Amino acid sequence: MKYLPLLWRNLWRRKVRTIFTFLSIVVAFLLFGVLMAIRNSFEAGIDLAGQNRLLTIHKVSIIQQLPERYLAAIRSTPGVRVVTHLSWFGGVYQDPKQFFAQMAVDPETLLRVYPEYVLPEEQKAVWLKTRTGAIAGRKLAERYGWKIGDRIPIKPTYYRPTDGKPETYEFDLVGIYEGKTADVDETGFFFHHDYLMERIGDPGTVGWYVLEVDDPARADEIAHAIDVQFENSPDETKTTTEKALAQSFAHQIGDTGAILSAIAAIVFFVILLIAGNTMAQSIRERTSELGVLKTVGFTDATVMALVLGEAFLLVGGAGILGLVLAKLGTPVFGKLVESFLPVFYLPAGSVLVGLGIAALLGLASGGVPAFVALRLSIVDALGRR
Amino acid sequence: MRWLTQTLAVTTMNLRSLPQRLAASSVAVVGFACVVAVFVAVLSIAEGFRRVMERGSSPDVALVLRTGSDTEMSSGLEMDATRIVKDAPGVLRTAAGPVASAELFVVVDVPKRATGTDANVPLRGVEPAAFEVRPEIRIVEGAPFRPGRNEVIVGRAAAREFAGLEVGNRLRWGESEWEVAGIFAADESIYESEIWTDVRVLQPAYRRGTSFQSVYVRLETPDAFQRFKDALTADPRLDVEVMRENDYYAEQSRVLRSLVHTLGNLIALLMAVGATFGALNTMYSAVAARGREIATLRALGFQGTPVVVSVMAESLLLALVGGLIGGGLAWAIADGYQTATMNWQSFSQVAFSLTVTPRLLAGGIAYALAMGFLGGIFPAVGAVRTPIVAGLRHV
Repeated sequence: MKYLPLLWRNLWRRKVRTIFTFLSIVVAFLLFGVLMAIRNSFEAGIDLAGQNRLLTIHKVSIIQQLPERYLAAIRSTPGVRVVTHLSWFGGVYQDPKQFFAQMAVDPETLLRVYPEYVLPEEQKAVWLKTRTGAIAGRKLAERYGWKIGDRIPIKPTYYRPTDGKPETYEFDLVGIYEGKTADVDETGFFFHHDYLMERIGDPGTVGWYVLEVDDPARADEIAHAIDVQFENSPDETKTTTEKALAQSFAHQIGDTGAILSAIAAIVFFVILLIAGNTMAQSIRERTSELGVLKTVGFTDATVMALVLGEAFLLVGGAGILGLVLAKLGTPVFGKLVESFLPVFYLPAGSVLVGLGIAALLGLASGGVPAFVALRLSIVDALGRR
Repeated sequence: MRWLTQTLAVTTMNLRSLPQRLAASSVAVVGFACVVAVFVAVLSIAEGFRRVMERGSSPDVALVLRTGSDTEMSSGLEMDATRIVKDAPGVLRTAAGPVASAELFVVVDVPKRATGTDANVPLRGVEPAAFEVRPEIRIVEGAPFRPGRNEVIVGRAAAREFAGLEVGNRLRWGESEWEVAGIFAADESIYESEIWTDVRVLQPAYRRGTSFQSVYVRLETPDAFQRFKDALTADPRLDVEVMRENDYYAEQSRVLRSLVHTLGNLIALLMAVGATFGALNTMYSAVAARGREIATLRALGFQGTPVVVSVMAESLLLALVGGLIGGGLAWAIADGYQTATMNWQSFSQVAFSLTVTPRLLAGGIAYALAMGFLGGIFPAVGAVRTPIVAGLRHV
């Protein structure tokens, strides 16, 4: 610690060089933060997915509807605690470019199966009673400036009404939910499945079922017990954990994780070169000074530690600043891509990884110059000028 | 003239001394190269996707959907409506009747080869005229599906990306079993990601009765589009939207393209800022190393501008080399790489190859030159601002 002033003075010997090196490292870590936030948003839902939540979808494809009567059979399967169902409405608000997901649901069981959607009690009570009531996520409501009590017209695509009333569905916004944690999608829109059925003459179908089981360890067994019941029927089912389904959807998009990690690796490689070059240059310039230090009694190890410390100070300081900027900046970048990637934030785990990388980079960029400093003999050092 | 000679002399001298500063210069070059490589490679995803979506769609093919449906998946047309569409003016007619195909578009789960997990592969039911509407379709292996049978033909790209779609294989979707009769090519267009079958077989299998989702028609000429569209929109029996096939597919790729563009540009911009700082570093040390030389030149009567130009030339040269290396790397690694992704707009998989176009390469190199310019201009101006005496004393 007592050498800190010395390290500090050494760093500022070449102001311009230090500043630019510092800034380029800051930007690299900022970029690392953004990349990790992107990666996290593509994989959103995988970590969030409750281990004890299973999804039952049509075996052919999730777009195929399932009979509503499966509800009772699934509910009475041993090990199942509560079942809810969702249907993709796919309607158009204002114009098709204004995309957000709308789901027809059973409100009461939905909120039990998805406790991460936090809805104030009084709003929940109103929603349960209001047939045309809908709730929206906080971010979605902010995007369109919706307030509770607003009437939201949505044009159907798949679900054309057959009741002779005007085609557009008018929903009453009765609640705005928030996510329990940052990784909950707050751009959802949910309304009564009963209302949908009433308008389209009740075909008795739902999109898919979501169920909560007592014991996650028995998930596979319960999934099998559900699917067996519908085998050899026109609508066979496929029940998987929510996590497995989220993972397979992430795979459907492609290997975004690998692409983003590759970019991050390239960025750090460049930074290693830039920082390493700066450190090497600055030690080369100061060779005779290191000789003087050794002459006045500094040990080889101390001189080496001084050089390494300088590299750590530079890379570590810049790394921390970059990560802080990334944490502050992700909400801003998130706005740009909100409609594609609703969940966009920098997870704490990635910040830790970033700190680890900063330490490694400090070591790697200071390593060679530090080794040179260690081996340097006084005669050589003072003779080189 | 004198100015030009001076500039040339100083610049040549400077560039010839470049090898002395090789280490620092190569740091800048690597920085530029990496930025350009990432920029070009990421945007080649959007480019490849766009190409697949726009290929093969010709201006004389039109697509009819129900009003308000922005995709085939969300559309629905009754049999009567499809008949009216086929009989509309502007539709090309042959001895066999109108060149038009009423179709169904659904997805089936097929495992992706790369991951082994299920993916939404589009399954399209077509009428016989579909092959006249899209003449680019040809069977490259096996045979066409036989009408009325549970047989499918698989697009070349789909057969490549998804498992179990080889000729002769049997697939079970729902209650029925399907046999892969052949593999088809479609000029590397979006259709190569699809599986096709007879729509009359698909309708009962998916319990769609006699309804369809879209009608594809070949027009007499591209100009017949307006006539065709006007006739359909004016018809009180119909509630449909008419668009050209190429407009439709361009719109279908909009979301994914703009996502890749936004993210790609954001990443490239941040990288560029970082690399510019690195370049500034390199150029400042290059100028510092030449401090005495520059001061001497100016003491001899050389003007400031030639010195500025010489520094800029060095910086731009490094940028150009970096840009070429980066662009070359991206082209060598990314171009032609085959993959498939989910197109959320159609909720189905699209197979495509990353495509590095000359325009993309030029964009990457322009990017590098911009970084080189910014990285050079400040040190260059700084060099001629230093008082000559101070410069001469500089060690």
